[in-house]
Amino acid sequence: MITDFRFRGASPLKKIFIVLMLSIMVFYVILIIYPLFNMVISSFKTNREILTTPFALPGELDFKNYRIVWVDKGFDRYFLNSFLVTSVSMAFVILFGSMGAYGVSRYKYRGNILVYMLFLSGIMLPLKAAIIPLFLIIKKLNLTDTHMSVILIFMAMGLPSTVFILSGFMKAIPFELEYAARIDGCNDFQIYRRVVMPMTTPAIALVTIYNAVPIWNDFFFPLVFLQSNKLKTLPVGLSTFFGQHSTNWSLLFTGLSLAILPMLILYLFMSSYFIKGMTAGAVK
Amino acid sequence: MNQKQLRQGAWITLFVTPGLIIVGVFILLPLFMSLYNSLFAWNQLLPIKFVGFANFKKLFTGYPYQVRFFNALGNNGKWFLTTMLLQNSLGLLFGYLLSRGIAGNRVFRRIFFIPVLFSIVAVGFLWSLYLKPSGLVNNFLEVINLGAFKHAWLGEEFFATPTLIMVNIWRWVGFPSLVFLAAIDGVPEECLEAAYLDGTGEWKLFWKVIFPLIIPAITIISVLTVIGSLNVFEQVYTMTGLDGAPNYSTDTIGTLFYRTAFGSVDAGSPEIGIGSAIGVIIYFLTFAVSLVSIHYTRSKEVQL
Repeated sequence: MITDFRFRGASPLKKIFIVLMLSIMVFYVILIIYPLFNMVISSFKTNREILTTPFALPGELDFKNYRIVWVDKGFDRYFLNSFLVTSVSMAFVILFGSMGAYGVSRYKYRGNILVYMLFLSGIMLPLKAAIIPLFLIIKKLNLTDTHMSVILIFMAMGLPSTVFILSGFMKAIPFELEYAARIDGCNDFQIYRRVVMPMTTPAIALVTIYNAVPIWNDFFFPLVFLQSNKLKTLPVGLSTFFGQHSTNWSLLFTGLSLAILPMLILYLFMSSYFIKGMTAGAVK
Repeated sequence: MNQKQLRQGAWITLFVTPGLIIVGVFILLPLFMSLYNSLFAWNQLLPIKFVGFANFKKLFTGYPYQVRFFNALGNNGKWFLTTMLLQNSLGLLFGYLLSRGIAGNRVFRRIFFIPVLFSIVAVGFLWSLYLKPSGLVNNFLEVINLGAFKHAWLGEEFFATPTLIMVNIWRWVGFPSLVFLAAIDGVPEECLEAAYLDGTGEWKLFWKVIFPLIIPAITIISVLTVIGSLNVFEQVYTMTGLDGAPNYSTDTIGTLFYRTAFGSVDAGSPEIGIGSAIGVIIYFLTFAVSLVSIHYTRSKEVQL
């Protein structure tokens, strides 16, 4: 590209500009990495060390804090709950979302647009604002303090964007394939299952990340609906843990590391997927 | 209606019904319930009588709601303006630099995106430890001989909200950066070349050619910023508490809403009616501001 910011061959003024910009970016990189690094080293230190020598490396790598937080403080349970809630809600978001997208994008009928708009209304409506009616509905359904309550709400949270993104993809699949399958004796569900879905796989991966990350991280709905400690998801569990151990910094940093590092490690292996997936709603 | 149409109708129903039930029960029904509930006086979980817009009136004019509500709304305004100004301009700058192949851009874009994946709760708690009076930030200021600038960042009314916003920008700036990066990458090379050959400088090239062409991305980021600013809750909950300490200086619509619905505003009891009124206002604001910013940026959009 002609306006590349390559250092070589640039005019002196541009060189200064590039160096200035690079320093801003390196500064932000440090601003991201150092707090995370400090979090991890602090988890190996004692409270005293954290307060008196906050920048020093820990004397030894003792994993006893991790054992305490993971086993005794129930983080294993929180992880399991988060995993359960996220995977079940995602499975249904993908299933119902792809079916809905199929229903609005592969048929021509009156009311097509209406159904599509009903699905999409959820994109413009902030679900948090609905917490009081949601609370009343969940109570009516007798689901208070069950995983099902948050799973249903997360499904509602994920469906609109899923239908939006997938129907765009499905529209682009040639109808000739469908005709061919029909001649071979496939019914509509088989066409959805065996023709359209396999061709939508890349979009499914996108939608999965787009929805799974916010669901995994969600705090508000589990906070309202999950009271028993054994049902809490990771963010709510972390919050409870912070309330109980507010002065034991060493333990708090361990809890934070346990909450943050798995996501970071996963990201290191699949960064381009995460970037594409998370920005899927905003990038055409 | 012939048999083929009937069969097709049945298939369509099969495909769209499960999703529509979920969306209907958990998104659309709550919207109408909020509107309806906001018109009643409530005793705990029971609506007792129709009161029209009295809940809204109480919210706008009655003590303590009036003071709390406008204070919170003002803070949401601060969130929006600061985020637009700092985070999104920085995101635009980063996105531009990355798309122009600045040295190390592939590494930069990956690292910038890291905090975007973390939960607001974890980020909030992490920084709340660093920002304590005896925390890492003040220690660092001491080390670089700026000890005079030490503050109780989350404990002083003047600094608390800006500090929360800065932490959120730390977490989120990678998002607009990469959205803008993708948008700028999508600008056709010929446009840039043509302008460049006409002798257009770097600065003008950006504002006169690239910027008008990435208006759609700017619209999306603006709308997301509006929605995000109105939804601020976890940041306050984890860093300064549900009451928006110190002295309500970090209170937002989200935390006030939660206290009204479940806890208490100034030691009152839960108020479903007034809570629903706040919910309706959040719906309305999100919708209105989104429409306005879409309309405003549309009018500046150019077609190739």
